Amino acid sequence: MKFERYGIGIAKGMALTLKHLFRDPITVQYPEEKLVVSKRIRGNELVWFIDKCTGCATCARSCPQGNIEIVTHGSGEDNRYIVDKFEIDTGRCMFCGLCVESCPYEALAMGRSYERSQYNRNQLVLSKFDLMPSDNRQPSGYYRPEIEATLPRQSLLIFGKKSKKEGGQGTKFIPISTNRGRGV
Amino acid sequence: MTLLEQFHIWLKAIWPGFEWAAYLVPALVGIIIIIAFILIMVIVFIYIERRLLARFQIRLGPNRFGPEGIFQPIATALKVLLKEDVVPDRADKVIHFIAPLIVFIPIMLIFAVIPIHEGAIFTDLNVGIVYVVAISSISTVGIFMAAWASNNKYALIAAMRTIGQMISYEFPIVLSILGVVLLAGSLSLNQIVAAQDIPFFLMQPLGFAIFFIGALAEMNRCPFDLLEADSEIVAGYHTEYSGMKFAMFYLGEYGHTVVHSAIIATIFLSGWRGPVLPPIIWLLIKMIIVFFVIVWIRSTIPRLRVDQLMSFAWKGLLPMAIINLFLVAVEKLWLPAGMPWLMIVINFIFAGILILLWSRLFTLGGGKVEV
Repeated sequence: MKFERYGIGIAKGMALTLKHLFRDPITVQYPEEKLVVSKRIRGNELVWFIDKCTGCATCARSCPQGNIEIVTHGSGEDNRYIVDKFEIDTGRCMFCGLCVESCPYEALAMGRSYERSQYNRNQLVLSKFDLMPSDNRQPSGYYRPEIEATLPRQSLLIFGKKSKKEGGQGTKFIPISTNRGRGV
Repeated sequence: MTLLEQFHIWLKAIWPGFEWAAYLVPALVGIIIIIAFILIMVIVFIYIERRLLARFQIRLGPNRFGPEGIFQPIATALKVLLKEDVVPDRADKVIHFIAPLIVFIPIMLIFAVIPIHEGAIFTDLNVGIVYVVAISSISTVGIFMAAWASNNKYALIAAMRTIGQMISYEFPIVLSILGVVLLAGSLSLNQIVAAQDIPFFLMQPLGFAIFFIGALAEMNRCPFDLLEADSEIVAGYHTEYSGMKFAMFYLGEYGHTVVHSAIIATIFLSGWRGPVLPPIIWLLIKMIIVFFVIVWIRSTIPRLRVDQLMSFAWKGLLPMAIINLFLVAVEKLWLPAGMPWLMIVINFIFAGILILLWSRLFTLGGGKVEV
């Protein structure tokens, strides 16, 4: 006697949805909660290293949009140019990564961030001081094996059982009555 | 002497010839209470449905506006009210305008006969349950008027489906109600609640199942929501509706759910009766439990096809309801009166056997085809 034929399938389905009721919601409430992203992500930003750059302007020539504006003068140490101006208009940049791939001295790298919206358009034009690496502008491992080797190993997109304090997502089951999701 | 009679005498003294106004005041108060109750319950049910359905689908649901998003239905209602009211050029304007009212008003009428306490009932009709069945069918006319007036093929398809669905599922519903009426010995909802020392869903589980499924079809909820199957016929009968009129349909839809939850709670789950808590709280708890099951079913079972819907009503529910009615009548006649537990056991066994037998009808090729 096959019980699949006697309405037991409906009972199975109902049991499954009832089980879902007690699961953690998989919704990520974006501005307050963020997923763990890979440090090797090809993010939406560029990082520029002033000490590696020789001012050769290969990146500017490889850019399909002509976004990179580079002004140099004279000769510095090790037969380099001195870079006066290095500007990228990230409002027009499509992050194709050609400048990163073409740079012979590995002075440009893709970053990790994906949140780059601004309130004004001219804030999107980044000067060389904005482009230098800082705490929240770190190079990713994209097309840079040396940088990639230094990055820690990660397990990705696992909704950790860790809480937010431990660096996880904190997606444990939260009953309806808690303060979840009412702003930061 | 009741308060009403005192009021009547007092009014006769100060305003002779107009003492009938004493009945006007409680009537108006009653109408306002019913409207307020239904509107608040609809808002609560919409909120519960959205949050609960989200949790069944492992989502969070609306949780932004107000604590845990409790003001979200109000925001949605305001949004709908402020929208432009678009009426199609070739529509029948008058009927297009009347239809939402005809869908919504019967819901308030039904609440007149639902008891919320011992004797606390707006009209204790001696044909209460017949009244409920009769009135709840009126909104079908409203749906058909809406579809016909909006001059839209999808709306008309939806309306045709609705008529067929309503007529088909009325029979099993009425027959399963007759089982309850046999047990209770009265058509009045007040008497039916008074008769439920043991809730009737235990006394006749099959009748409860049939009534529940039939009620799902009557209030056009999943899996019987063929009349607004948005993957097939846009939005069904309210395709051409917007603004306040659409809000009335929405209200009507959830109002039906509220009313049918209340009816199921009243005639099968012993209504307002319960220990410790006040009766109105018990009625609300039972309504919300019924609504929880409705949302649970909605989150699980996919929509039926039209032919499946019809064959389920006529070949499945109707014969089972007839057998159930016959069984209850036989038990009422020949079983000794003081043994409800024997009846419960017999009825559960019969319900299991009947469901097994009938589920064979609805398998692929009568169960002879391997999948």
